[in-house]
Amino acid sequence: MVGHTVAVSEVREIKLPGVGVRHEFDAESGDQLAVLVHHDGRREILSYDRDDPDACSSVVTLSHDDSRTLSELLGASQVSEEVAEAQHDVDGQSITWIKIAPGCSAAGRSISEGEYRTKTGASVVAVIREGAPVPLPDPDFTLLDGDLVVAVGPASALDELRQLLEFCA
Amino acid sequence: MILAAGSSDAALAFIEIGGLALGLAILSRIASRLGMTAVPLYLLAGLIFGGGGLAEIDVSQDFAELAAEIGVLLLLFTLGLEYSDVELRDGLRSDFPSGLVDMVLNAAPGVITGLVLGWEILPAVLLGGVTWISSSGIISKSLADLGRLGFRETPSVLNLLVIEDLAMAVYLPVVAALIVGGTVAETVTTVVIALATVGIILAAALRYGRQLSRLLLAESDEALLLGVFGVTLLVAGAAQSLEVSGAVGAFLVGLALSGQAEERAMRLVSPLRDVFAGTFFLFFTFTIDPSDLPSAALPASILAAVGIATKTLTGWYAAGRRGAGTNGRLRAGTILVARGEFSIVIAALGAGLVDGAELGALAATYVLITAVGGPLITKFAERIPVRLPRRRRAPAEA
Repeated sequence: MVGHTVAVSEVREIKLPGVGVRHEFDAESGDQLAVLVHHDGRREILSYDRDDPDACSSVVTLSHDDSRTLSELLGASQVSEEVAEAQHDVDGQSITWIKIAPGCSAAGRSISEGEYRTKTGASVVAVIREGAPVPLPDPDFTLLDGDLVVAVGPASALDELRQLLEFCA
Repeated sequence: MILAAGSSDAALAFIEIGGLALGLAILSRIASRLGMTAVPLYLLAGLIFGGGGLAEIDVSQDFAELAAEIGVLLLLFTLGLEYSDVELRDGLRSDFPSGLVDMVLNAAPGVITGLVLGWEILPAVLLGGVTWISSSGIISKSLADLGRLGFRETPSVLNLLVIEDLAMAVYLPVVAALIVGGTVAETVTTVVIALATVGIILAAALRYGRQLSRLLLAESDEALLLGVFGVTLLVAGAAQSLEVSGAVGAFLVGLALSGQAEERAMRLVSPLRDVFAGTFFLFFTFTIDPSDLPSAALPASILAAVGIATKTLTGWYAAGRRGAGTNGRLRAGTILVARGEFSIVIAALGAGLVDGAELGALAATYVLITAVGGPLITKFAERIPVRLPRRRRAPAEA
């Protein structure tokens, strides 16, 4: 969960009357990529020729199901997690997931020893250990390397908690 | 009425129509084997069989003529269906100068040729229409076949087609009114009435398009198809009776439909259109007198050569306006060369004029050359490796 600022390139939208809409952007590699969404739902992935930037050097046509498979492979689920996190900001209270970084002082210490609520104002409401959730952990619950801590609190408090648990500050 | 006629008449009509349809089927099969649209083959078959009297059609003549007329209506209807009103507006807004260049460069050679041949003004203006309008059917098929839909010059090509279609909505009723003729005052009146009618139908189509779509949108495909077919013919008939071309009425109905009704109508009407439009193309050249062909060949060839050059220039200009490079501009120019269905529709309007027979022969030859040559030329243009210093893309492409 490092790097919460998702850098999204500027996507340009070009309408193709009778065909659909083409969305194009410049990749960091310098390649120009585009997705052509047909009115009938088909999609084409296009990459432009470096010598002739008006022409496509490769065109891949995807059916509706192909598109879903590919977007899954490209990690659309991560994106939706980020979106879900942003949407959980209600009435100034947010929820976040923080992973205990290996070698952090937090690992091996109980929640009460860390004095997290006193220091930051954020509360640990659950811990996910090896995929299994531990809801409402006791204050003497000992955090370990690789635990995923679910915390609630104002966004600023969560940021401070993240500093403590993830970046060992 | 076929059913009321004697059984031998009905049998003959069935055989004639069946033979006709099978003939079209074979041509369409050959065309798809060759990777081209079937229109040139239909025209060629009509020329070969019509003049030589190889296929004499008596009983079903009326039926075939009516089917051909319906074919024109359905062609225009599906054309209107293809673009939404928003796409038309955006196309017009962003590429209007290109549309203007398109009209001037491509209609002028036709008009001038007609006048040089000593025709009256009206058939010359119709010939201008024949040389002006590109075939959106052939071009959109070529774009897809050549994998060019995502290319950067393609929006300018598509927008030109959109503008030409809109221009047809004005051009067709005006020439239809001119064909009716009369004194100057009468002609002006019919033109004004024609344009007003188009304006009213267009406004109604844009305003009540949603309601019409909702009204026609039935659960069953059958009901939707019949509803759409009925409304198209009704509006076309009403427009025709007001001396406005019925084809424009059909076009505007297509334009009015939107959303789900539009998508399903496209899928349902397309096969019906292919049946009727095939008949139309075949019959167009059926009626051409073969003795008109030799005299049409030379002007048609010259006109086609000029038309290839002027369309290439048009596309070159249009793509250049949107910042395409040399290769893109060349591709955009050459893909626009193909003329087809609408050139024939325009020429068919003038069939009853004094110079109508010559116009038909010239238009058929012209369309044959450009419809077959266009896709070949643009495929060839792709292979020309032009590597000139490229221009920077304009920032706003949309």
